Amino acid sequence: MIAFLIRRIIQAVGVFLAVGLIAFSMFRFVGDPVNQIVSLDTPYEERVKVRASLGLDDPLPVQILRYLGRAVQGDFGISYQFRQPVSAILAERAPATLELALCATIFALGFGILLGVISALTRGSALAKTLDAVSLIGISLPTFLIGILLIYVFSEKLQWLPSFGRGDVVRIGGWSTGFLTASGLRALVLPSITLGLFQLTLVMRLVRSEMLEVLRTEYIRFARARGLKNRAVYFGHALKNTLIPVITIAGLQLGSVIAFAIITETVFQWPGMGFLFLQAVQNVDIPIMAAYLLLVAAIFVAINLVVDILYSVVDPRLQVATGKAS
Amino acid sequence: MSGGAAAEPVSGTAPPAGWLARALDSDIWASFKASKVAMVAAVVTFILVTLAVFAPLISPQDPFDPAQLDLLNARLPPLWLPEGQWPFLLGTDDQGRDILSAILYGLRVSLAVGLLGVVFAATLGIAAGLVAGYAGGALDAVIMRIADVQLTFPAILIALLIDGMVKSVMGAQLTTTIILAVLVVSIGLSFWVQYARTVRGSVLVERNKDYVQAGRLIGLSSPTIMVRHVLPNVIGPVFAIATINVALAVITEATLSFLGSGMPDTQPSLGTLIRIGNRYLFSGEWWIAAFPGATLVILVLAINLLGDWLRDALNPRLQ
Repeated sequence: MIAFLIRRIIQAVGVFLAVGLIAFSMFRFVGDPVNQIVSLDTPYEERVKVRASLGLDDPLPVQILRYLGRAVQGDFGISYQFRQPVSAILAERAPATLELALCATIFALGFGILLGVISALTRGSALAKTLDAVSLIGISLPTFLIGILLIYVFSEKLQWLPSFGRGDVVRIGGWSTGFLTASGLRALVLPSITLGLFQLTLVMRLVRSEMLEVLRTEYIRFARARGLKNRAVYFGHALKNTLIPVITIAGLQLGSVIAFAIITETVFQWPGMGFLFLQAVQNVDIPIMAAYLLLVAAIFVAINLVVDILYSVVDPRLQVATGKAS
Repeated sequence: MSGGAAAEPVSGTAPPAGWLARALDSDIWASFKASKVAMVAAVVTFILVTLAVFAPLISPQDPFDPAQLDLLNARLPPLWLPEGQWPFLLGTDDQGRDILSAILYGLRVSLAVGLLGVVFAATLGIAAGLVAGYAGGALDAVIMRIADVQLTFPAILIALLIDGMVKSVMGAQLTTTIILAVLVVSIGLSFWVQYARTVRGSVLVERNKDYVQAGRLIGLSSPTIMVRHVLPNVIGPVFAIATINVALAVITEATLSFLGSGMPDTQPSLGTLIRIGNRYLFSGEWWIAAFPGATLVILVLAINLLGDWLRDALNPRLQ
């Protein structure tokens, strides 16, 4: 178990280092960092000084270590656009993205599981076929088009919900939340649906196929033979056993929800990290791009690690297998 | 697929005699004829591809020729609405461009980027998978670890990053051709992993077979064995992945263009047209975004259905 853990952690650190290297080389080799800081008419001597003060004359390995060392401490440099520390900007934007990702995941899990169960239980019926067709269309609809469509129907035509921004937010310490005001909650609805719809179809398809597998097993037949009510069989026994893979996939998808938030946040002008990243790409703000890349990598690596560890805790067979292998 | 297929040339320039008869006799064709969905999807895809290829001949207007544009015709609604004007069947955009013509030309750009991107990704992935599977050892480990790291990032993020970096290096000298190339490369670089993994898995099985040993014994070089003999036997599953990937690539291109990191307004793809239309959605001109959007969805849906069918048809476990 401990050997397995250590190997996993070494792998995770390796992945993170590789991404760090990419982030650093973007920082160092794409454009000249000195040019971003000095003005056009800065004399050559001044430029040399700035170059030295940034440590750009040191050997490359030293620069890489220094960059990674600072990144670990949360120092990603100064944004070219905002002239502020990148970490401060990211910290300010993070709550918006995290709240959006949370709502989208809850929406996707809730409706995805419900529709998946319905589609499995009514297999072959018109309802199940309709759900199948809808899920296929859901996969074929690009995220940005869903966003535009929702805005057009619910903001422009019906005028029920706002089409951009977070509404009123309440600051609690360093965290700004939209959960505590009516306008904040209303502003969350459309972006959450847009972001969650793709995950929803994924969860729905997964629950459906898992459910169909489980319903064929012996213990479900036994449960029926005991004379349990349908509802108890479906929800007490069948659904429970489909949830482990569903939760795993949902966990692993959390990272891509945060990355896909780039599109949703842009459509809804949502002041989160994804919108920030897109602006950074368009203005070639390398420090923000590099920091965002590292952040996404960190989230992915952390989630994968936690899922692996949980798996080996939940499923003792894995420990035996890895024990034998090592 | 058996070892026999490996003996035939794979260049494709000279198909073996009677290949059409053989194709009509195959399992794939039988399964295609049995699936109504696949046939409808194939017909829709074929129509859209034909429209795109012949866009300059069919479209009523050349949307890139400023001489044919008239600002007086800007933002006209579709023909069936009260203010619609002939010949603007689906209305016009803010520059007086005929939406129908713009869609036909946009379809061309979207399909070109999607297909080229997938070809690039498949070539890269197949090469990496072949080398990793056939060579094994350290090379295999390095290629697969790169694939692992890459897999932690969604395609759209990688494409945006590449796009941003190229922009900062090239600065203002970006021409339409370069933007097109950047889109193809970023889509290619974000989708290669799936091909590499699939091909590597099949190569690991194939490389211990007798025909590979025989090739080595008669003194064929490793590249010859890999490309001429192993490749034809592992290429099957790649087609199914590639078909579904075309849909993904078209979506990725549209998303990048929508976000403003793709094709410029002067050379619009479907995504660019939707971005332009999105600006006018709130002033009631819904048709500028709606028709390109609908075209995009129909195209992606048709390719997805075709890909789903192909995946099932090529999967021996389902037969």
